Amino acid sequence: MDAFQIIGPVMIGPSSSHTAGAVRIGRLARAILGEQPVRAEILLHGSFACTVRGHGTDRALVAGLLGFDVADERVREALELAPREGLEVTFGEKDLGDVHPNSVQLNLEGREGKVRVEASSLGGAQVVIKKIDAFEVEIYGDLPTLVAAYPDRPGVIAAVAALLAGVGVNIAGMRVSRREAGEQALMVVETDQAIPPGLVPAMRALPMMERVIQIDPV
Amino acid sequence: MTRYNFQSMAELLRIAADEGLTLAGVVLRYQEDLEGKSREEVRRAMGERLAIMRAAARKGLHEDLSSPSGLVGGGGKLLEERRLAGQSLCATTTARAIALAMAIAEVNASMGRVVAAPTAGSCGILPGVLLALEAEKGLEEDLLIDGLFAAAGIGMVAAGQASLSGAALGCQAEIGVAAAMAAAAAVEMTGGDAVQAANAAGVALQGLMGLVCDPVGGLVEIPCVIRNATGAAHALVAADIALAGVQCYIPFDEIVAAMVQVGRALPPELRETGAGGIAACPTARKLARQMGIRDTHTHGAAPAEG
Ligand code: SF4
Repeated sequence: MDAFQIIGPVMIGPSSSHTAGAVRIGRLARAILGEQPVRAEILLHGSFACTVRGHGTDRALVAGLLGFDVADERVREALELAPREGLEVTFGEKDLGDVHPNSVQLNLEGREGKVRVEASSLGGAQVVIKKIDAFEVEIYGDLPTLVAAYPDRPGVIAAVAALLAGVGVNIAGMRVSRREAGEQALMVVETDQAIPPGLVPAMRALPMMERVIQIDPV
Repeated sequence: MTRYNFQSMAELLRIAADEGLTLAGVVLRYQEDLEGKSREEVRRAMGERLAIMRAAARKGLHEDLSSPSGLVGGGGKLLEERRLAGQSLCATTTARAIALAMAIAEVNASMGRVVAAPTAGSCGILPGVLLALEAEKGLEEDLLIDGLFAAAGIGMVAAGQASLSGAALGCQAEIGVAAAMAAAAAVEMTGGDAVQAANAAGVALQGLMGLVCDPVGGLVEIPCVIRNATGAAHALVAADIALAGVQCYIPFDEIVAAMVQVGRALPPELRETGAGGIAACPTARKLARQMGIRDTHTHGAAPAEG
């Protein structure tokens, strides 16, 4: 137990699930896109859609997309600040199926690329990224995370594991999802240590590697 | 682990007695050992939190605030105006504390920056009591920091034995524990010993035993903001009861255990689902509908952690 867990955290109100959780979803989605988004379509699922405005969750999601911290006082003004930061946001509702009630789909577009991210706010400031494009994932955002896309062939996992071991980074968890055997695969690696600067370029240089993104804990 | 480690109030009080320390004294040493930092560093970190509390108080008392729903904001200001006009029915310290506590809770509701103490929904009570005592009794900043460490000790004991979320155990675990923390802080800052501080916390929590979590529309606004003001007054009353030497009889650890029992017995409607208590009143339902919140029952899986 830590005294600063009781007198703290410092945060933007009104509650950790409605504000901090939503900011974290936005920040993680931005990290997955890998650049500042210029367009964001935010589709809210079920009950999330009913309560999101009164709780200021809409502002918190956009604040995260702008890269603001959970304790940043600009969170409140995020909807007004977005156009000035070159981000165009639209909101809508969508039935995301059998998911946690507080779920959202973010369709993001940057200058370089686009991505579709599905996430849920689990209560407290806990969140989980459930989907990146068509891939099912589970990213909680509290550990350094690497996401790699590649054609599903033998040897890629071993090569990534060797690279990590070579720089003394311990794997806390690894999950591979595929649409079908032998097709496209997506690997999510959570690590115990911070990801050293040269690692992502080294992974990108692996044969067949298509895309590698680094997500720092938020 | 540090020799200042404590799991219960009984242990905390034993360390305080053995070492001749106040509640804050034990918690401060525990925190130094935990972080491997000097006393100055740990005190400075707490001082930074105090500065954020002060900023929230200033904002709440002087700026025009409104929550995204438009339901709360400006209440702390009204109380402060009344106090300044000499109209308050409460004595000076209490009148200040309730204005401050409400103002800070309103800052939280309007998406301002606050320090959770122990939660965001109950963030006004502790700074309300601290800053009111500072102004009325001319307390030094260092004493306020002691007060925060004493309050942390109460919250740490409660968090170790119970959940501090309204969704888990009702509002007694948020507003109730916040009032207990503030009562102990008030005793610490005005020269009370560890036993008196623990008694004040126990009195405060006894007084709020069973308080349900029933936020209108699931928002951390009604009745949360008002409960920050009443909770602050309640904390000061509890501190006076303990300092006067009124027997409290039931140890704090047992009161926390009772809170857990009571909280578990609460039906889900009274645990932050926005479906029972004040939230179920016809007017509350109407307000929720006006805000576009269809049926607060569906909000059940979305605890506010207020
Ligand atoms: S959300 Fe519930 S527990 Fe939190 S302050 Fe409001 S009523 Fe109390």
